[in-house]
Amino acid sequence: MGTASIEIRGVTKTYLLGDVTVQALKGVDLSIASGEFVAVMGPSGSGKSTLMNILGCLDRPTSGSYLLDGREIGDLSRDDRAGVRRARLGFVFQGFNLLPRLSALENVELPMIYDDTPGPVRRGKAGQALASVGLAERAHHLPSQMSGGQQQRVAIARAIVNTPSLLLADEPTGNLDTATSEEIMGIFQRLNEKLGITLVLVTHESDIALFARRVIRFRDGVLVEDVPVTDRRVAPPAGENAG
Amino acid sequence: MNLLSAGKVSFRSLRANKMRSGLTMLGMIIGVAAVIIMVAIGEGARRRIADQIASTGSNLLLVLRGSTTSGGLRAGSGSAPTLTIADAKAIAKEVPSVLRVSPTSRSSGPVVYGNQNWSTILQGVSPEFLEIRDWGTSAGRSFTHQEMDASAKVCLLGVTVAENLFGGEDPVGKIVRIKRAPFIVVGVLEPKGQSPNGQDQDDTVIVPVTTLLKKLAGSAHAGSIGAILVQAVDGDRVKEAERDVAVLFRQRHRIGPGQDDDFTVRNLSEMLDLAESAAQTMSLLLGGIASVSLLVGGIGIMNIMLVSVTERTREIGIRMAVGARERDILSQFLIEAVLLAITGGLVGIFLGTTGAVLVSRFAGWTTSISLSAVVLAFGFSAAVGVFFGFYPARKASRMDPIEALRYE
Repeated sequence: MGTASIEIRGVTKTYLLGDVTVQALKGVDLSIASGEFVAVMGPSGSGKSTLMNILGCLDRPTSGSYLLDGREIGDLSRDDRAGVRRARLGFVFQGFNLLPRLSALENVELPMIYDDTPGPVRRGKAGQALASVGLAERAHHLPSQMSGGQQQRVAIARAIVNTPSLLLADEPTGNLDTATSEEIMGIFQRLNEKLGITLVLVTHESDIALFARRVIRFRDGVLVEDVPVTDRRVAPPAGENAG
Repeated sequence: MNLLSAGKVSFRSLRANKMRSGLTMLGMIIGVAAVIIMVAIGEGARRRIADQIASTGSNLLLVLRGSTTSGGLRAGSGSAPTLTIADAKAIAKEVPSVLRVSPTSRSSGPVVYGNQNWSTILQGVSPEFLEIRDWGTSAGRSFTHQEMDASAKVCLLGVTVAENLFGGEDPVGKIVRIKRAPFIVVGVLEPKGQSPNGQDQDDTVIVPVTTLLKKLAGSAHAGSIGAILVQAVDGDRVKEAERDVAVLFRQRHRIGPGQDDDFTVRNLSEMLDLAESAAQTMSLLLGGIASVSLLVGGIGIMNIMLVSVTERTREIGIRMAVGARERDILSQFLIEAVLLAITGGLVGIFLGTTGAVLVSRFAGWTTSISLSAVVLAFGFSAAVGVFFGFYPARKASRMDPIEALRYE
């Protein structure tokens, strides 16, 4: 299960926009132990999205090193990074990012299609993942037939179906109302506590960040604050059909 | 991702856009159907021409006299009086690939009837000659072997000669004088028209070759005939007959190794080759024109795949985020394009073969659907799918997942 230890040393990221170079990250050092629940905050343009892209193996740092579970993955090839994403990472996005033509179950099966998991195994694991987010009976619904909260739970099921060592959530409550947001955060807390999944959450809402155990803050590509959460919020127990 | 699940994914997305997929396929359908119908028509025309030519002499050989050499001067083909009626009979008897043989000899002279006269070409042949040339009589009959063996003074008039001597009168049974000798007209030939080099083939009188040699030709080359017309069993065995006749003649004329032949064998099938190559060119041209529509169909596929890739940028981003490799995305879109192309191809083959049958039934044209054209059209449509699907698929697989996820 969650055994990630993230070690980032001197990571920089430079973009070339026409003739202008933009330094999105200016040398970041960060360690996240396995089983942590970290909220990343900061205004837009602060570099937190860039950090998420690098942590999520969607992007490569310009310089510096990124060790995931002690393995350097900052310089992997495109396909190797895809392999890391498939086997060891899970993503939850603000816009849910489900495939509209696939049922909830098929959406959850998606990562396993790419590692040739046999069909019956795939469906079994996807069903379990959906059940763990309380959506077992919605397995054959299309995303358009579900509420935002339900769609986000399907996305969470998809993110955890391969039992990743690191779950990355980018503004997962950005499109949801307060009650639903708390519910989603409750699911994250349970995954973190019960399954020990390491969680990194990007948010700009400080009350959402309080569901985490540690908050780090970015400004202008630099990590400016790294504090534990003292007055941690705990989500109310989730009603099965809520959302 | 294995091929089966990739195929399923592709099939679903094609099904989701039925109208678009159908219209894209229509391009391929029309292209493949056009290729098959056009090639079928071209091939049908080629066969019909070949049949026609075969019926008029593609399987003919002409054995000509060789050259004489006197004092180091070679007099040219046809100058040596080497061919005899016995040679012709020997060919008929001893070469199995030969169907019919006719010795031929030519002369010319005036033909007189009453107060009319007409100078024309006199051809001495055997009764097989008319069959070899596929030439019938419009009145009367041909002469017989008995008449030939007896050197009977019988003749057949070409239409031009008959008209000039007899006007409206029926010539059959009348007596004409050829070089002063009286001949009974036993028949009038069917009109044959002009030969390819503009000669009036109806301006002739045909007599038994024996009669021509004994009664009409000069005594210079007594017993020697001009040429031997040989018909092979069929067009495929012309070459065999040509070789066998040559071997036979070298034996009969006792020509040792290294000595020049005293005869020449000419193959008249060049005309068939010429006409066939013309028909083949037409076939190719038709197929080529039809292939253009196949190409257009392929461009249609590429166009729609490019649109599809752009539209589904976000889907591509999601698939990449959950771990799809470049080749997973590439194969998904490539399979989609190939699926479009070969489905269109299969429907096109069905419509094309149906269309070819309808064309031959209702327009009366000969069509010939060859298996190779069908296989080729199918293979070509699959190749079109791969070729025109590759660029869009590669574009999809090379997307930056971050950009793709951000795409609205």
